[in-house]
Parts: sequence; structure tokens; C-alpha cells
Amino acid sequence: MIDKTNKTAPKNDENIAMSDEQQTIQNITDQDYKYGFVTDIEMEAFPKGLDENIVRMISAKKNEPEFMTEWRLKAYRYWRKQKEPKWPKLEYSEVDYEDLYYYAAPKKDGPKSLDEVDPELLKTFDKLGVPLEERELLAGVAVDAVIDSVSVATTFKDKLGELGIIFCPISEAIQDHPELVKKYLGTVVPYTDNFYATLNSAVFSDGSFVYIPPGVRCPMELSSYFRINASKTGQFERTLIVADKGSYVSYLEGCTAPMRDENQLHAAVVELIALDDAEIKYSTVQNWYAGNKEGVGGIFNFVTKRGLCGGSNSKISWTQVETGSAITWKYPSCILKGDNSVGEFYSVALTNNYQQADTGTKMIHQGKNTRSLIISKGISAGKSNNAYRGLVKVNSKAENARNYSQCDSLLIGDQCGAHTYPYLEIENPSAQVEHEATTSKVSEDQIFYLNQRGISTEDAVGMIVSGYAREVFQQLPMEFAVEAQALMSVSLEGSVG
Amino acid sequence: MLSIKNLQVSVEEKPILKGLNLEVKPGEIHAIMGPNGSGKSTLAHVLSGREGYQVDSGSASYKGLNLLEMAPEIRAREGMFLAFQYPIEIPGVNNTSFLKKALNEIRKHRGEEELDAIDFLSLIKKQMKLVEMKEELLKRPVNQGFSGGEKKRNEILQMAVLNPTLAILDETDSGLDIDALRIVAGGVNKLRSSDNSFVVITHYQRLLDYIVPDFVHVLSNGQIIKSGTKELALELEERGYDWLLEEAESKV
Ligand SMILES: Nc1ncnc2c1ncn2[C@@H]1O[C@H](COP(=O)(O)OP(=O)(O)OP(=O)(O)O)[C@@H](O)[C@H]1O
Ligand SMILES: [Mg+2]
Repeated sequence: MIDKTNKTAPKNDENIAMSDEQQTIQNITDQDYKYGFVTDIEMEAFPKGLDENIVRMISAKKNEPEFMTEWRLKAYRYWRKQKEPKWPKLEYSEVDYEDLYYYAAPKKDGPKSLDEVDPELLKTFDKLGVPLEERELLAGVAVDAVIDSVSVATTFKDKLGELGIIFCPISEAIQDHPELVKKYLGTVVPYTDNFYATLNSAVFSDGSFVYIPPGVRCPMELSSYFRINASKTGQFERTLIVADKGSYVSYLEGCTAPMRDENQLHAAVVELIALDDAEIKYSTVQNWYAGNKEGVGGIFNFVTKRGLCGGSNSKISWTQVETGSAITWKYPSCILKGDNSVGEFYSVALTNNYQQADTGTKMIHQGKNTRSLIISKGISAGKSNNAYRGLVKVNSKAENARNYSQCDSLLIGDQCGAHTYPYLEIENPSAQVEHEATTSKVSEDQIFYLNQRGISTEDAVGMIVSGYAREVFQQLPMEFAVEAQALMSVSLEGSVG
Repeated sequence: MLSIKNLQVSVEEKPILKGLNLEVKPGEIHAIMGPNGSGKSTLAHVLSGREGYQVDSGSASYKGLNLLEMAPEIRAREGMFLAFQYPIEIPGVNNTSFLKKALNEIRKHRGEEELDAIDFLSLIKKQMKLVEMKEELLKRPVNQGFSGGEKKRNEILQMAVLNPTLAILDETDSGLDIDALRIVAGGVNKLRSSDNSFVVITHYQRLLDYIVPDFVHVLSNGQIIKSGTKELALELEERGYDWLLEEAESKV
């Protein structure tokens, strides 16, 4: 017998568009993208469009070994045969893949230290609040900063090096540690995985590589800031994190992007591998340009993130705060292969104006006594649409698997939508799967109560939303949590009239 | 302090307040009594700026300001406080940080320096003693899972911390046990001064034994049909509202 406790029965396509809300909570006003600026750096771009030649050029440009070139080409040929998936809950104008640049980099060669970094870039980092320079030292954060496709600065490398930790751009890892890359790249997200991951495999430009040796606990949060800079440049970051036996690492990813009129495609791939007794904590704050209030412009964010708990007693925890992008399509997932392994997914996805988010997770239980936890908090404002799509799969050999899922939706205003699609595939009768779902709205009563205590409506909404998402924020490292809450307030500016 | 003239208010086209007059001077305590549905909470909400009420005519001024044109948070920052008949729960928002934010908004508005965490904590600890509230409630989310009485005490704690010029208490005594009633009233009495005023909405004469009002008004069908002193409350307790309603009708 399947022990399935449904405290609140999940309904498929639970469309809770609000219509009876009162007037106040509806006016959507302008909100300029806070980080909307463009860095004036010369770009060295390849011709538009994609063919085998471009793939070879990308690989050659990076001095890649033969195996990489071949892998990219296989992916490219496979991609040519694929069709872009259509998702029922996402609407967007089609991407013309022949009208994109597949490689762009700042013109100069990569500098060795901060002194060599283009002052323009440094100014950009300043505006973004990237903690390079002193702030980074104080915060103890090692930053692998990526502007467009090439990493321009990597710090703390020496300190990490003493522990045998490798933290570098993946392009560098391909040259310096080809054996590690060859061993792990594509093992969690194969190049055949899905349309966007396949494309990424063919043309990925850069990203981060992390390797933590056996028994090492990484002494600092590893952090990487990505941003999209060149117009019409598809961004194809590739991140690979390997935590060897008994090691631990916490990795932070944060992004902002300059204001642009045209939709920009982003198709990243992140692969995590945790061996026996290893733990990886991966946190994301995502704030890409979401388009203007009419829904024009903004980033298309089609990301494949997957972690493999390959060893026994391993653990992978995803925490994400999603406030940006015009379209987000993203399901950080865990394959719980090792016995007693643990997968966690904590998510806050906020959509405003015309944003669309289809996000969630997949927990694939393969090993014995595997456990997974899903805490998803969706927040919809304006005319946005927010969908949670989650799969809990328990294989026939996964004795005593457990899952607990909680999927909450919060609605602000009466023109937004929230949808919940929980899928269960249970093949082992010993599984215990529990799902709870709630939908609430920011009520006028709550806002008035806070108003009556002297708190402005904007602050009130920020407080209510932060309170609602508290469980997820608590998972973030301290500084990041503060940043994330600020982001939420900025993203909600003007969502309540 | 507060001057309401011929106030007419409707909700969804339905008239609720039908020409209400009230004058509150600094240092005074006014009690408002009246049958269920007569418009007491509506008055409290309109004065504090809640949406959804249509002011058809009349005026309300507070400290010489045109009250009805001010945003609710500005009224609050100008020293108006409403103790809610039904306090609202705000999940996940810490009671202490909420109250600190509220106080600092008010202080900022007055051009005073914001209190830091340490100063705020010592203030709140002092005021908690006033309402004899369990310290544990400070760590919890605002009103979430509070018992009815705890919510009411939390309202009074907020009032004690924010130290308003004009406080409207909407049935703060309802749902309180006798001890709590005494404590809440004690809190009000300690805050009482010649500079601030209270409008106390209640159904029970009992509260007025503890908070002695200068005036008692009876609100019925959207109008004040009778005003008097403390003795009026005693008479109401004895005779109910019917005789007053009849009296009011015969005048029409
Ligand atoms: N939003 C609303 N929509 C429709 N009617 C309303 C609304 N708000 C108040 N009313 C009506 O206005 C009248 C006055 O309500 P109000 O809450 O002010 O009464 P009250 O004097 O505070 O009563 P009680 O003693 O029960 O608290 C009632 O008839 C009530 O049903
Ligand atoms: Mg009432």
C-alpha cells in the first residue's frame, strides 16, 4: 500500500486567478529596472547564427582539448534534430536561433589581477554591488565574476588552493584539469537531456568549476555573479560542482542584467555531484531584467539545474529566490541515488507585471531510505503567472523513501494567477509522500493594519511577503538573505496602488 | 483634538453613518456605546483611513488637519491609533521587528532619531510590564496563533509603545477576562495625560468602572442619539437601549 497523506488534496491546474479583490490592490505602476544600464565595452563577437563551424570556433578559441570539441559537436548535431518544447503555461514570441550571437567576450585578454581589469568593468561591478575589492575581503566571499562569457577575475584562489579546492572558470578547468571535467561533465545532465541543455552543451561559453577534495570543508561561501551584457548574445553558462567524499561546499549564484528592449535568451546548465557523505548547498538569487510594465523585453531564462546524490549519505540542497526574467523555466532537481541521501528544494518565485514563471523541482528517489523536502513559495503580482511544477518519483528499489512537499501561493491583486502541478510517480509501496498546498492573498486587512501603525503600503507589502517567504530566506547565508529581501521589495515596487 | 461634523458615510451605496457629530478635546476620554451594527466600528475605520468607505458629506478634523484627506499611515504617524476590534494576523512577520518599524516610522515623521535595537528593546520591555504580557509573544509572528485575549493585550502593548495622541479602542474589552480587563484599563490610565485623548468603544459599563470617561455617547443607526456622563452608561446597563431608541424616534 502506498501511504500517501494528502492533507490538502492537490488539484491539477488550480487556477486561482483572483477576480473579487477590491480596488486598491491592483494598480501597477512603473518600476525602472534598478540595474538597467549597459557597460560600454567593445565586444568581440562571432557572426550571428549557429553551425558546426561556429561550434568549432568556440572550442578553438578556448584552446579546448579534442574530447571537448567532439562532445560539443555531438551535442550540436543532436540539437539540430530537436524541436523547442512548448509549455502550456508560458507564452512568448519564438526565439530565432539564427539571429543570435553564440560567443561574445570583452576584447582584451583576461587580466591576471584586479589592476589589469578594465575600469569600465570595475565601475559596473560597483553599480551592481559586486563585493570585489575590500568588501569581498571583509565578507570572506570569493568571487568568480563573469561578464558575458569570459571570467575576468577570480580571487581567493590561493587560499582555496592550499586546501586542494579548485574554484575557477570552467574554461580554465577544461585546460588545467581535463581528467576531472571529462569524468564528470554531462554525467548529471547529458547533452541529450533537453532542448536548452543540448544547445548549451554545444555552445557553452563559460561558467564556474568547483572541486572539493575528500574530507575538505570549504571554509567560505563560493560566489559567482553572472550578468548578460551584449545585445542579442545568448548566454550559455555551464557550471559543474563536484564534492568528493565527506566534503562540504556552499555555493552562491546571483545575477543582474542591464535594461534591454529585445528578449535575451539564457540557457544555463548547472550540474552538482555529491559523493559519499558529501554535501552541496547551492543558493541562487536571480534578478534579471524582467521586461517593462507592458511586458516588453526581459530575459528568457531556460535553465537546467540538477544534482546527483551519487554517494550514500550525501546531501544536495537547492535554495532559490527568483524575482527576475520575463520568463523563467527552471526545475532544480535531485537524483537521490545513494542510500540515505537527502535532497532539498527551497524556493521563492516572485512574478510581477507580465512575468511568467514555470518552476519547481524533481526529486528522484533511487536509493534506500532517501529523503526529500520541498518548500515552494510562489508570489504573483500584477498580471503575472506563476506555476509550480513538481515531480516526486520513487523507484521500485527505493525502500522507505520519504518526501514532504509544501507548495504555497500568495496572490497580490486580482489579475495574477497561480497554478500548482504536483506529480507523483510511486513505484515502491513503502514510500511515504506528503503534500500540502495553500493559497492566500495579501489582504487589504493586513495592509490596513500595518498602515494604521504608520507603515507605508509599499513597506507593508514587503513585510508581508518577506514574512510569507521566511522559511526559504532562512536557508540563505546571512548577507544573501538581506540582499534577497531587498530585492523582493524592489521587485514589488508599485505592485500595490 | 478631534472634531467631527455631520459625517455621512456609506458602504457600497448603503448609508451607515448618517450625520454624526463629535467633539473631543485634549485630555478627554469619550465612551461610545450602542447596539450591534449601529456604526461604531465604521466610525473607527473611517477615522483611521480604511478603504472602502464613501464619505458622502461632513468633515473630520484632527489637530486642525483635514483628516479625511490623509493617507492612513500619515494619520498614524500624526499620532492616531486604532486598537482593532479584530486584530489581524500577519504570518512570518516578527512581532518585535514590526513594532520597531512602526515606532521608527512615527519617529522619523516627527523628525526624531530612529531607535536602535537596544534602545527599542528596553522600551518594549518596560511597556510589556504595563500590560503584563508574556515575553514569548514578542518572538512570535504578529498576532498569529494568539488567543483572543492575547491579541487584545498586544494591541494595548502597541499603543503603549507608540504613545498616540488620539487612541480609538474598538471593543478592546470584549473577550478579556476580568484580570486582563483590569490590566488593559490600567495601561490606558497610565498613558492618560492632559495632552492625549481616548475614544473607547464598548458594550459594557464594566470597563467604564476602570477607565472613567468624561462623556458617554450612544450611537444608534448612524447617529449619536444621546450624550451624557458616566451615569448614562449605568442607566443603559439597567434599562437597555430601547427607551432611548423610542425617545429618539418620538423626536423625529
Ligand atoms: N463592508 C461592508 N459591506 C456591507 N456592509 C457593511 C460593511 N461594513 C459594515 N457594514 C454594515 O454597516 C453596519 C455598521 O457596522 P459596524 O461594524 O460599524 O457596527 P458596530 O457598531 O461596530 O457593531 P458591533 O457592535 O457588532 O461591533 C452594519 O450593518 C454592517 O453590516
Ligand atoms: Mg464593531
